[in-house]
Amino acid sequence: MNALTLPTRKDEAWRYSDVDAVAHIWPTPPAETIDVAAGEAVTRLILQQAGAEAVVVQDYAITLAPGARCDFFVLNTGGKLGRIAIDVTLHEGAHFELGGAILGGGAQTLEIVTTLRHVEPNATSNQTVRSVLAGRATGNYLGKVMVARDAQKTDASQSVKAMLLDRTATANAKPELEIFADDVKCAHGAAIGELDQQGLFYLMSRGLPPAEAKALMLRAFIAGAFEAVADDAEREQIETAAIAALEKML
Amino acid sequence: MLNIENLYAEVDGKPILKGLTLSLNPGEIHAIMGPNGAGKSTLAYVLGGRAGYDVTEGSATFDGADLLDMEPHARAAAGLFLGFQYPVEIPGVSNVQFLREALNAQRKGRGEEPLSGGDFLRLARAQADALGLDMEMLKRPVNVGFSGGEKKRNEMVQMGIIDPKLAILDETDSGLDIDALRVVGDGINRIMRKPDKAVLLITHYQRLLDYVKPDFVHVLAAGRIVRSGGAELAHELEREGYGAIAA
Repeated sequence: MNALTLPTRKDEAWRYSDVDAVAHIWPTPPAETIDVAAGEAVTRLILQQAGAEAVVVQDYAITLAPGARCDFFVLNTGGKLGRIAIDVTLHEGAHFELGGAILGGGAQTLEIVTTLRHVEPNATSNQTVRSVLAGRATGNYLGKVMVARDAQKTDASQSVKAMLLDRTATANAKPELEIFADDVKCAHGAAIGELDQQGLFYLMSRGLPPAEAKALMLRAFIAGAFEAVADDAEREQIETAAIAALEKML
Repeated sequence: MLNIENLYAEVDGKPILKGLTLSLNPGEIHAIMGPNGAGKSTLAYVLGGRAGYDVTEGSATFDGADLLDMEPHARAAAGLFLGFQYPVEIPGVSNVQFLREALNAQRKGRGEEPLSGGDFLRLARAQADALGLDMEMLKRPVNVGFSGGEKKRNEMVQMGIIDPKLAILDETDSGLDIDALRVVGDGINRIMRKPDKAVLLITHYQRLLDYVKPDFVHVLAAGRIVRSGGAELAHELEREGYGAIAA
């Protein structure tokens, strides 16, 4: 949800963002509303590949009725600032799936910010985000999971991994859990690292030039973000776009 | 084919190779033996071009070209294969995918046409069968979940697919049981025992040399070749130990 006043970095959901860039497009567009009816399923692919100077802030407000499902896949790679914020309310037995890749270089700030509100029992959510950052880029994942008092048997997991190609790049990963029920599973894991030099040398020693060896390892690294895309053609579409973005960074 | 002259190399500022001289001609298999810390693996990595292994003096040429001036992938395209003592696990990257890309990158570097997917799979299957490695394993991520012996077989499958001119095999025999040792030894002979190829076998033990008969055996100690001889030198080492020979 958009704040009524221009955000500052004191606002928790904007603490790693580029708020100066946001000022240029303020007020940001209203959130797109997605309501999924009971037992229905919706899949969305977001390919955020705006030009270098663009400032992109996209908000989504999703409500999942009982037994509904929403699969959200995000490639966040364009713009000076690229921010995808997703607010999801999950009713009884609903499922929300997020697969995201943040691929940035130069001085880009790219972020995925999620708020998952498990308001009723038995809902599940799974979030997988992979970031590859070069140059002076900043990549952020802020994932808030709120579990209401009677939302028992909630199962919410988050897996966040970032790869820094340069020492000057930054990755922020901030899982945030607010749990008021007592019978829930909320797993979260975050890891930030660099490309394995031994693996790179191994691939190069077999004849792969350095850029191809890196691309191969990075492709494998981000594959986890999109392996849950059910439709083969859609998976290929978002993976192809991601690979093109990776190759531009090398 | 390979000419190493008075080579000095260091790792993290620590001198490891101290004036190593060695020549391999086409058709020859050379074994390098030596105690732990003698510089055997450093020699392999220097020849393969691994970052952090810095040559401070001397030269190494491969078919007349300055090997030390080439990047690792260019050395591979020129025909050099490095068999790793500890083959690296690369999660998420399938063996066949990476090998096909690597082989075609080499072919491109030599101005040859890329191999089609079908031709590549036939080649890979033939090599896997010859080394007793299940083709299904080749479709899995590189070396992930492989036993020590499977990793070494995989190195030989890769060597068979790439079909290099010069193989530098760093302790390919370590971690192998007797049966696997025979399979790997047979693989080395089948792939590399040819008049236009050469092998540098780096090993601690004589046992691999029962299967792959070397033409020359060298003893590496404290960063230099201290003694060279024929196959009988390996037996002498096994009997008397490095201490007596290298002293």
